[in-house]
This record gives sequence, structure tokens and C-alpha cells, in this order.
Amino acid sequence: MSRPADLKYARTHEWVRVDGPVAEVGITDYATEQLNDLAFVDLPEKGTTVSKDVRFGEIESTKSVSDLVAPVSGEIIEVHTELADELEKISSSPYGEGWMIRVRMSDPSQLESLLSAEEYAAQILTEEH
Amino acid sequence: MNLERTCLAGEHLALGATLVDFNGWEMPIRYGSIPEEHLKVRLSAGLFDLCHMGRLEITGRQASEWVGRVTTGDIDALKPGAARYTLVTNDAGTIIDDAIVYKLPASLLVVVNASNRATVVEWMEAHRGSLDAKLIDRSREIAMVAVQGPLSTHILRDAVEKLDSDWDGMKYYSIAAARVLGKDAWIARTGYTGEDGFEVYLDAEDAPVLWSRLLEVGGNRIGAIGLGARDTLRLEAGMPLYGHELDTTTDPFEAGLGFAVKLEKKVEFVGQASLRSRREKGPGRKLTGFRVESRRVARQGMNILKDREVVGVVTSGAPSPTLGHPIAMGYLKSSVTEQDCSLLKVDIRGNLEALAVVSLPFYSRTRGKGRGTGRS
Repeated sequence: MSRPADLKYARTHEWVRVDGPVAEVGITDYATEQLNDLAFVDLPEKGTTVSKDVRFGEIESTKSVSDLVAPVSGEIIEVHTELADELEKISSSPYGEGWMIRVRMSDPSQLESLLSAEEYAAQILTEEH
Repeated sequence: MNLERTCLAGEHLALGATLVDFNGWEMPIRYGSIPEEHLKVRLSAGLFDLCHMGRLEITGRQASEWVGRVTTGDIDALKPGAARYTLVTNDAGTIIDDAIVYKLPASLLVVVNASNRATVVEWMEAHRGSLDAKLIDRSREIAMVAVQGPLSTHILRDAVEKLDSDWDGMKYYSIAAARVLGKDAWIARTGYTGEDGFEVYLDAEDAPVLWSRLLEVGGNRIGAIGLGARDTLRLEAGMPLYGHELDTTTDPFEAGLGFAVKLEKKVEFVGQASLRSRREKGPGRKLTGFRVESRRVARQGMNILKDREVVGVVTSGAPSPTLGHPIAMGYLKSSVTEQDCSLLKVDIRGNLEALAVVSLPFYSRTRGKGRGTGRS
């Protein structure tokens, strides 16, 4: 799967798609591959405040559970609630239909500390060794 | 990290398996998708590397008495070709290991968990006394490969030369001599999946060839199955796993394994007196099956609550590919009434999810339980 070059990436394997003041967030193909068989995703409610680098939910697979970590701070203006019944969208379309939350950013400068697609790819390689 | 590898390590690598440290062994947890491997076994056939398990050969005039001394089963009563699920208990009547004992013409084959192999060998030696019997740990020389699933018979019979039994008629929990790759081997109709299937014991050096042959002969009817699916299969079948449902704090009666305890057998065995009084007293907690009324997965160690009171603990839990919802096994205080059962919740990382008590096993092919409820 080719990783979208127009997205920003977090070391904790979330991605961000910026649309003006709104950040759309999901998890990367690498994350879905590591998790493998998805069993459950726990997303917060609309209106919840998320903080950068703080856990906002969790995703569970057959064998393990992982935190979902917010790449930026802000207020959640939209939650992809249907995902709970359609987990396969996360693995089949992690950058598209697998989107999880949309956040109105409180501090867009936080985007600068995120990684580019190349930097993220490099980070994964170091993780695997 | 120096992990042990089985004689089939090369095969797992070739198949792109995800390898994990399983009790000091580098084992495949999955080759692709755990639920897919699981369903392959339920619907068709699966191939398992079980070489990490312990295979102990007991010989000598008093072999049967020796094994009978350290297990809860009536080993003397085993007829040639029979297999018996049994427990190794300590003086307190709690469980050191669960094992299968096979009665062979000139020996007993005791198959134990990988995690307990050294412990059981030591325990047995400590209880041999002056009995005329010998134990040889054959785990390295003899490989153990399982074929499980409704199509097992069809595939295995085409991959081995001979079986000294009838493929269709061979009894569940029996073992027969076989000819595999030109050499003597043993094939048992035993398994840990709840499906029909076989466990093949052969020379370790021949295991890779048998493995390839089974995949070839089976074609798309068979797939390699990792430990991840092995766990979800046995969980659905309500089978206990040492280190989860069984350990040295558990007695057979709590675990629903009273059938394996033959208190009246002639051979005096370790734990007999304790087991007798435990049976009389009745278990203070009971192994119970649960359906989690949520998509969250309940896992080992999670507390089971009735209102705010902890009344139990989960010993194993996983999503059930066959049933389509998470299932779990756990110990519930015996004081919990049937009425209480509708109020039970499990604490999953701070989230209280409702539990429904379900009779074990969750899935039974013979009783037609759990069939036809799978989701796509």
C-alpha cells in the first residue's frame, strides 16, 4: 500500500489529514498490519477534548490491545461511529474509510512536530530492528 | 534471546509466519489471520507444529505403576492403544500439569505441556522410588504434528503409507502404529480443537517432509495453523490451558475435571488424600463459560463482578470466530447463584461489560452446539 504523501504521521502510528482548521485522524497501514485481526475499536464521543500525545481511545485485535494516541490537541467535532460495526474498513482503507475522528485543532503549530511520509517510513525501519 | 526451535522452524519461516516466544520456544502465532486459520480448522483442515510439547517415554516392568503414582488416572486400566487425559497433582491436590498418556505395546508415552516438561520430569523422578521403570525424554527425537478438522482423515490417509487401524473407525482417544515416510510412527486420534483429528508422532528428521507432503496432498483443503488459532479453537471447545484454567492453585474439581480423577484406583497416588477431601467438600469456585455482551474482549486476569463485589476472575478470553462474539472462561465463586448470573459484569480496563453465563463447551461438533451461528 502506498502511503499518502500529503498526510502527516505520528510516531505512535496515527496519521493526520489537514483540512483548514480540522485534522482528520486515523491509524496507519503499518499499525493495522501489526494489529492484524481487529476485534474492537473504542472511540470517544463528539465534543470530547483530546490532547496531543494523550490516549483518546483504544483498538483491540485477537491478541492485543493498543492505545490510540492523539497527534494534535483540540475538540472532536466528528466521530466515525459506524466503524465499530465495520472494523474491516480500518484494515482495508486505513487512510480513507478507516478515518476515526475529526478534530478542530486548538494549536495547529503542533503539526510541525509530526513526521512526513518518508520520515515515518524511516522510523518504522528502525522500529523493526 | 536464545529461543529453542523445533525441527519445523524452516517451514514456518518459509510460510512467512509471525514468530513469538512461547515458553522459550520460537513458535508461529499465526501465518496470516488468526480467525481465518481458526475457521479453516472448523470447516476443512489445519496443520499444527506441536514439537514444543514434551514427549516422555516410560519403560520398564513398573512403568504403569510409576505413571499411576503421579497422575490422577487409572493407568493400569489402559488397554494397548488407549489414550487417557489425566492430571499430575501435588500433595495438596492441585495441578502440576495436564497430560495425555498413551498405552503403547512396550511403553507409555506421556505428552505434557512445553512449559511443564522439565517440572514433570523432575517430579516423576522424585517419585520413582525403587520402581523398575525408566523415563527417557524423547521430545527432541520425536516430532509431534497435528492434523485437525473434518477433512483430516482424507488428507492424512493420503500422506502416510499405513495405519494399523481403520481410518474411519479408529476410536477417539486411541493410538495406533503407522508407517510414515518408510518408518515406524504412531498416530493418535486426539486433539485440542474440538474437531476430528490426529496427532502424528514420528522421527523429528522426517517432520519437515511430512509437513510439506500434507500441505501438498491437502492443497487448499489444508492450511498451516499457528498458536493463536490453536488457542481460540480450544477455548471454543471449552478445553483448559495450563497457566490459565489450570495451575498449582487449582484442583481438578474446580476446573470441571473430576472425570479425570480416579480416587478408587489401586495405585496410591500423590495428592490422593487431599483430592478425596476436596471432592467431599465441594469446590469453592467453578470454571464457567461466558459470553461477553460487547465487542470488547475479556482476558485473563480481569475481574468478574456482581454489583461491586469481585466474585470471579477470567482465565482465558478471545473473540470467537465461530460464534461471532467474545467468549471467556473463568472461575466463579460457588456461592454465586443462578439468579446472580444475570448481574455479572467483567472489568475490561475500567469498562464494565455484561456477561452471560454459557454452558461449556461453547462449540461441540458432536452435539451440534455453536454451529451455524458464525458470521461471514
